[in-house]
Amino acid sequence: MFLKKIATAAAMSIVAASAVQAAGHSDCGIEEGRVSIVGNEFPAIQTVGAGALACANDNVVVETNLTADHQKINLAGMQGNPAEYTSAIVANSSIVALMNEDVIRPLDDLVAAHGATLKPNQLITVGGNVMAVAFMANAQHLTYRSDILEQAGIEPPMTYEEMLAAAEKIRSMGILENPIGGPYAAGWNLAQEFNNMYIGHGGQFFEPGTANVSINNEQGVAALEMMKALSEYMNPDFLTHDSNATSAEWKAGNVALMHMWGSRIDPLRSTEGSSEQVANNTAIAGPLTVAGGDTPATTLWWDGFTVAKNISDADAEATFKALVKAIDPSILNDETSTQAVWLIDGYEPTPAATGVFAAANAGSVPYPMLPYQGLLHSALGAELADFMQGKESAEQALADVEAAYTAAAKEQGFLQ
Amino acid sequence: MKHKTFFWFFLPTALAMLLFIAFPIVSVVVQSVFTPHEAVFKSVENSGPFGTTTETIIDQEAMAILKDERPLGQFAGLSIYLDRGHLAVSEVGDAWRSNETMSGFLSELRNLPFYRAMAFTLTYTFTVTPLLIILGFAIAVGVNSLHRHLKGLVIFFSLLPMIVTPLIGSLILFWMIDSRGILGTFLQYLANDPDLSLKASTGLTWIMLIVYGIWSSAPFAFVVFYAGLQTLPKDTLESAMIDGATRWQQIRYVVIPHLMPLVTFVALIQLMDNFRVFEPIVGFKAEAHATSLSWIIFNDLGGETQLLSSAAATSVLTIICVSILLAPVLVRTWRDFTAKT
Repeated sequence: MFLKKIATAAAMSIVAASAVQAAGHSDCGIEEGRVSIVGNEFPAIQTVGAGALACANDNVVVETNLTADHQKINLAGMQGNPAEYTSAIVANSSIVALMNEDVIRPLDDLVAAHGATLKPNQLITVGGNVMAVAFMANAQHLTYRSDILEQAGIEPPMTYEEMLAAAEKIRSMGILENPIGGPYAAGWNLAQEFNNMYIGHGGQFFEPGTANVSINNEQGVAALEMMKALSEYMNPDFLTHDSNATSAEWKAGNVALMHMWGSRIDPLRSTEGSSEQVANNTAIAGPLTVAGGDTPATTLWWDGFTVAKNISDADAEATFKALVKAIDPSILNDETSTQAVWLIDGYEPTPAATGVFAAANAGSVPYPMLPYQGLLHSALGAELADFMQGKESAEQALADVEAAYTAAAKEQGFLQ
Repeated sequence: MKHKTFFWFFLPTALAMLLFIAFPIVSVVVQSVFTPHEAVFKSVENSGPFGTTTETIIDQEAMAILKDERPLGQFAGLSIYLDRGHLAVSEVGDAWRSNETMSGFLSELRNLPFYRAMAFTLTYTFTVTPLLIILGFAIAVGVNSLHRHLKGLVIFFSLLPMIVTPLIGSLILFWMIDSRGILGTFLQYLANDPDLSLKASTGLTWIMLIVYGIWSSAPFAFVVFYAGLQTLPKDTLESAMIDGATRWQQIRYVVIPHLMPLVTFVALIQLMDNFRVFEPIVGFKAEAHATSLSWIIFNDLGGETQLLSSAAATSVLTIICVSILLAPVLVRTWRDFTAKT
């Protein structure tokens, strides 16, 4: 009896919750179905999530789970049948894990039937099938304090070598003790900084056409040496600074130069949690090059939505319609336009977008969509911290990364 | 108790243990000896907002056939346990042969994830456990001798570290010990070194984690010992006092022997808990300086490509290590038990 009561109560509260969600509906042309979206939580994705939630009505249930830990749960949440999440919002790195496990469906039919508002370059096609619909682009690029650079009498740097010289000048003039910032936290962030720097040096991650890693080379060592040289001008706690902590350092006025994500520039220009001086003098420019190379030391990213494979066609259609509605050109207004570099038709670039556009125009390369890139990223994140702390040589650190990657790739069946 | 009564009393517990403990362990062990199928790659044209490229992807049709034939994956035996991410047998052998000195061998050993994690975990376990027992005991004796009006309030404050969620507790301390935080600045002032940073030094990070570990677990020892103190035989204590025992002698010869079984109990629980140290490493973002087996599992599952077999093997190794750690205490309990029956 007791269990029955609990079960009834639980069922009642779920019904009540869905009813609340169904309250604020708008017409998305969906008759019925279930829409459940998992994704990251930055402002642009919140806007997309809110747009999809507005499609809920008496016959359509819409739920979103937007969290920084989305990629820890999206795969598990899409492997069941029926899948818990009918859509995952992913980037060009995280779509790979979903394609590797075959949990997302080709969208060609849905695009043909309901995708009239989408532009051709929004469609992410893999081997002829549309696997995702991108709605925004992102890249890391230079961010600088125009007032401090002016005070020190230096031009915004174009290369990492110039950045080092500028940092030395700012420090020696006594303006700031640690003028360089950057998301160098051990783990994902540190690995991404290595990727940028290695690409800037013209390095190749794998032997062409194979899963054999090849980063223990001249470019790899040079990339690490440059990261070490930059870290000398960073807050000594840099190995604990992710994008959030680096942004906080910036807002506190402790940093004058950093390579930062385009999607995080907008908050840096607001005075909330910051001062007028910092907010008004936060300027951006394109990504830097390094060691005389032409390819900028950065990567291009898109964020987009996918639709789960293990769900009914009706739910897939409802999900697709709700998300297309959520990225309809009509969502663009003064507030949402500054949140991201939208790929949506009718988007007019704002000043906050110039860095990402400069990155794209300077010939930056997209983050590789290889099945085994994620394993290398994890290995880099775990093994590079020792080098950054001066505990081992660059060659040793790179050898450790290769060994860690190889062990993981063998386990995963990518290598023999 | 009659066997039949015992059976019916024990049945729900046994079922729950089977369902929530035994089955998952079996599933983890199975997972750790199987790995995913060898990937079949194919080259395709990819296009998107940044142009068209040729990239490698996994051929899902070919993989589906393999998965249908053997859904568990390839049988890998103990190979995951022996690879570089775990016991690293061949790497340890190489390091042993190539190094003349013990310190050279140990520094190569510390370069391997499993041994690096063990170095921190064992140091942490064997410093935190005795120190938290001593601190918990001291608080319990102190609180027990307070006036009864004060006791409630003091007990509440002594329990606070345990009430605060570990992740939140470590996050708050993480901000306080930042080089610009209140504790960090105070330490810089004490050491007269404006560049001192706890987060940038491996030694100081370890000390910080150990201090946090003692701080957060001491209340557990305190509660247990405080309860034990309420059962202290008054007459023994009084006769000790009549014999002229000092306060220290009373504690040494009456209180401690009385609480000894509880010390064993607290040690058992805390050895187990401290060996699985995890939240402070995440909360203090200390992974560059200190890792543990639990953190390795978290890291294997948190990457963009999840390493399930690797995480399963580390879980099994954790279970084995905890069993080894607890063996002396368990053997003693078993001997006590057989001696009584």
